[in-house]
Amino acid sequence: MARIDTIQNMFAATDIIDVKLKTQRTVKWVFGSMSVVILIPLVVLTACLVVRAWPSLTWDFLTDIPKSGMRAGGIWPALVGTMYTVTFSLLIAVPVGVLAGIYLNEYARDNWFTRVVHLAVVNLAGVPSIVHALFGLGAFVVFAGLGKSVLSASLTLAIMTLPVIIVSTKEALLAVPATFRMACWNLGASRWQTIRTIVLPNSIGGILTGIILQVCRAAGETAPIMFTGAVFFKFVQRGDLFPYKPTEQFMALSYHLHTISTQVPGVPESMLYATAVVLLGFVLVFNTLAIVLRTWIRSRKKW
Amino acid sequence: MPPTESVADDTKALTAARSSAAWQGTIRKVYRYLSERIIVGLIHLAGVSAIIFVFCIFYFVFREGWPFLRDSFDVKGFFLSEEWYPTSEVNRRYGILALLAGTGTVTLVAMLVAVPFSLGTAVFISQFCGKKAREVMKILIELLAAIPSVVWGFIGLMVMNPVIVKLTGAPIGLNVLNAGIIVGLMSVPIIVTIAEDAIRAVPDGFIEAAEALGATRWQTVYKVILPAAKSGLLAAVLLGVGRAVGETMAVLMCTGHSINIPFDGHPPYFHVLESVRTLTATIAAEMGEAPRLGANADGTYPVEAFHYQALFVVGIVLFAVTFIINVTEDLIVKGIRKEK
Repeated sequence: MARIDTIQNMFAATDIIDVKLKTQRTVKWVFGSMSVVILIPLVVLTACLVVRAWPSLTWDFLTDIPKSGMRAGGIWPALVGTMYTVTFSLLIAVPVGVLAGIYLNEYARDNWFTRVVHLAVVNLAGVPSIVHALFGLGAFVVFAGLGKSVLSASLTLAIMTLPVIIVSTKEALLAVPATFRMACWNLGASRWQTIRTIVLPNSIGGILTGIILQVCRAAGETAPIMFTGAVFFKFVQRGDLFPYKPTEQFMALSYHLHTISTQVPGVPESMLYATAVVLLGFVLVFNTLAIVLRTWIRSRKKW
Repeated sequence: MPPTESVADDTKALTAARSSAAWQGTIRKVYRYLSERIIVGLIHLAGVSAIIFVFCIFYFVFREGWPFLRDSFDVKGFFLSEEWYPTSEVNRRYGILALLAGTGTVTLVAMLVAVPFSLGTAVFISQFCGKKAREVMKILIELLAAIPSVVWGFIGLMVMNPVIVKLTGAPIGLNVLNAGIIVGLMSVPIIVTIAEDAIRAVPDGFIEAAEALGATRWQTVYKVILPAAKSGLLAAVLLGVGRAVGETMAVLMCTGHSINIPFDGHPPYFHVLESVRTLTATIAAEMGEAPRLGANADGTYPVEAFHYQALFVVGIVLFAVTFIINVTEDLIVKGIRKEK
């Protein structure tokens, strides 16, 4: 009996180990609560916005046009304007971004030039949105003579969101095993044939994820469209799906939220919140879609 | 028809078909070659596009701001004066010191909020929690990153504003503290993501060695992982700073937008509850009212034209700051890769 006691004592925690374990527990608890604290805003704020927006969140709010100086009615023109800029910027950014991603992963050699390209992509993503706005104003509105229009705004947004597509395309391509490519080359296929028939079909999901993220980004941005085409108000027929010409100015949801919450006095609070919720909802739904798509691809990956 | 003739006909037809097939093959080959050349050319062009765009951004912003730089710019008056009166009738002054102070203080508060929480979260996600919890948290952080800046600004304006007034008794809730917290929350996701990558890049051997010596998880983190990942963590913080400096809509809506340096000579030297104005917000707020005017016949510009140009010069300053931050960050990350 005594013997067993000594053995147990031998392996029992000493004071030092007790202290160590206690610190360990405390630290884990502190870090855990830190992560919870930064994630709380997401849940609480979303809930708070939705609750306050509830009275105004109706189908009519989405499809009606703003009335009596933005103080009543809905957000239809802004909603359609955002769809416009997102679509146009997608049409511009996707081909360029995907091809650039292909270049970086399939063609670029490991040399200084590729480093410069990488640095440029990082910088394109890191330049403040307001500088992109100045660029859009200087280049598209003034220099190219497009004026303040859907086109100028979409081009600015496209260039701004390009890094999102480049980076996700590159990562999607990187996930395709090198052996797939080698097998294809050995059959006599050229580099482009390999990309077209083997690499792209195997990475299309990842590329799609990037495109969806680009949609979120483009829909939410305000600064780049402020001087390149978004306007305070534009008359549009209720429910009209094609109200703007590409060379016209337009209303956008993000800019609309900014103006009605800072520049129009007396807008009913629930309308402000409803506008924010529609924008937030749009972005979060698309983002969740991207996440679901990515998880699904990962789960059915064969290699 | 006699059978011999038919055979001859068949042969003829066969030869014709063969030669046409050969032709078609050649055409197809040429077509395939050309189309491949074109697509490969396009790929290379797109690859270089990022460089072209960065140059274009600099060129066009510089181009619009150039007359101001040439005619009415002096370094001291621009950077060291706090007098920003771009539309004054008698004496137009363009000093961005107060705007720099605004950007600096908002960034400082944002980093005070974001850095500890982000690094804590990164450590927790990568070292202290299970696989399922990690997946869930990463998804939530990604969603946090997706919230548009104008919605953050709206939250600062409508939700945080009354809360701050109630808690601190400040006359107005739109101030450095409000904007700092909002921008801090905005830069959390990017810092967490990069910091977690940096922690994950620490070789397993380091961690196994520490564990073999009987270190607890926390001792491993504190003595081994954090020192090994420190340059990566620095890169993460730098990216967060870059994000905070460049943030526009949220600070436009939450800072209170008054030109003010929130420092003075006596305690508590730094006034978090004062309104300020940042570089980005100034551009966003004033560009709409600044007219773009052409040069006079003799090549000089009317004084009214300088406002628009000065805003572009502010844009150049912002571009330069973020460019330096990004290049530094890239060099640090490259250093890490070399070490590995």
